Amino acid sequence: MSTRWTRKDLLGLREFSADEINFVLETADAFKEVGTREIKKVPALRGKTLVNFFVEPSTRTRTSFELAAFRLSADVINISATTSSLTKGETLKDTARNLEALHADILVLRHSSAGAPQFLANRLKSSVINAGDGAHEHPTQALLDLYTIRERRQKIAGLNVAIIGDILFSRVARSNIFGLRKLGAHVTLVGPSTLVPREFEKLGVEVSYKIEDVLPKADVVNLLRIQHERQRREYFPGIGEYTRLFGLTKQRAKLLKPDCLIMHPGPINRGVEIDSDVADGLQSVILNQVTNGLAVRMAVLYLCGGIST
Amino acid sequence: MNQPKKNPPAAVPVMDAEAIRRGLRRIAHEIIERNPRLENVMLAGIPSRGVEIARRIADFIREIENVDTQTGVIDVAMHRDDVGTRPELPVVHASKLPLPLEGRTVIIVDDVFYTGRTVRAAMDAINSFGRPARIQLAVLIDRGHRELPIRPDYVGKNLPTASREQIQVCLQESDNKPDAVWLEK
Repeated sequence: MSTRWTRKDLLGLREFSADEINFVLETADAFKEVGTREIKKVPALRGKTLVNFFVEPSTRTRTSFELAAFRLSADVINISATTSSLTKGETLKDTARNLEALHADILVLRHSSAGAPQFLANRLKSSVINAGDGAHEHPTQALLDLYTIRERRQKIAGLNVAIIGDILFSRVARSNIFGLRKLGAHVTLVGPSTLVPREFEKLGVEVSYKIEDVLPKADVVNLLRIQHERQRREYFPGIGEYTRLFGLTKQRAKLLKPDCLIMHPGPINRGVEIDSDVADGLQSVILNQVTNGLAVRMAVLYLCGGIST
Repeated sequence: MNQPKKNPPAAVPVMDAEAIRRGLRRIAHEIIERNPRLENVMLAGIPSRGVEIARRIADFIREIENVDTQTGVIDVAMHRDDVGTRPELPVVHASKLPLPLEGRTVIIVDDVFYTGRTVRAAMDAINSFGRPARIQLAVLIDRGHRELPIRPDYVGKNLPTASREQIQVCLQESDNKPDAVWLEK
């Protein structure tokens, strides 16, 4: 049997069809099973070389891609901003062309500028996988979130999903909005008005500034980290105030339906966007997201890296 | 000017539903004969038709010996040796084998046996789940043209073919069409 898969790159979910998203999720089902074997390794990408090119720091995403590549028998090179020649004035394009000259088959790119993966994908024969570009997209995170919802609720269409927190700066939120909408979920964004502009309604989502209105209806709440490193002070008065108005406290968690899933892309700030007890509670699927991330990234590497170009 | 009409590729019927039934029933008998400890036998079907054939063989064994044989699914797509060299990527499925495999006889089940590459991939896949005592191979059709030193233990029908010919297998459960095997010239 053969696939209808034709993409060498994964740049964002905006250009994906519902069929393509579902196909990645089905493929991830097969790769999740590999993690249960005695030998958790298959030769699907044997002989291929993957370069993890992280111009912006990240531990969990890089590790997840690295482990996914190992399980597919690909060879992996890690390059971070500080070890790359970018600090010596080389342009992104030249660095990437050098990697390609080394016959790198798959380039996993994390970059602070939106569009950097697209820029390289247009110029390289290698597969380019977006591991997060600026505030634009983080497609594998959204795919693993979709996978986790589908695994727990057996469907995505018709579910009410609340995404809470720093939406404006969040590539995770954007990719999730595209993916969830294409698969038929209702999405509500919640947070301070400075971080959740009405502009987002154009993407087919609702916007709310009162968390208590949204929690009782939600089937899934996805909490985003308040990004100190990206934040300038004027967006909200302070962390304490954010927690008081939008944090998922023990008290607020009581408003949730008993089967509502609590998700977070990590790293979590305990006591800021989520109380410790809630993060460790029965409704939390935060660690399932991490496990599923591995299967989803194996699927993406297999599909994009496996097609002959 | 009237050109003579080109004939569509001729498809010759090779097995009908009754022939398939008899072939699989005979395989069930042979499995029973060759494996005195039937409770250790497990049938691992290769998706998609191998899974259905394994189920049918298990039904025959139950009918004949009143023993329930375990069945499983062994996917070969991620163990193939030609990923990245073909224009289209094989679809991967989740494998599902009753564990542990130690001490058991795993019988790989597939519809058409051709180059042997699929079976090699299936053996690799099985080994990633554990180390069975032995692995055997049951196929509905053996069409020849081996590229690896692998031979089947149980064959429904030997069918000498030319490499350009194609074998079409239809099973009610997997194809939604009546059971039949065709040879397309």
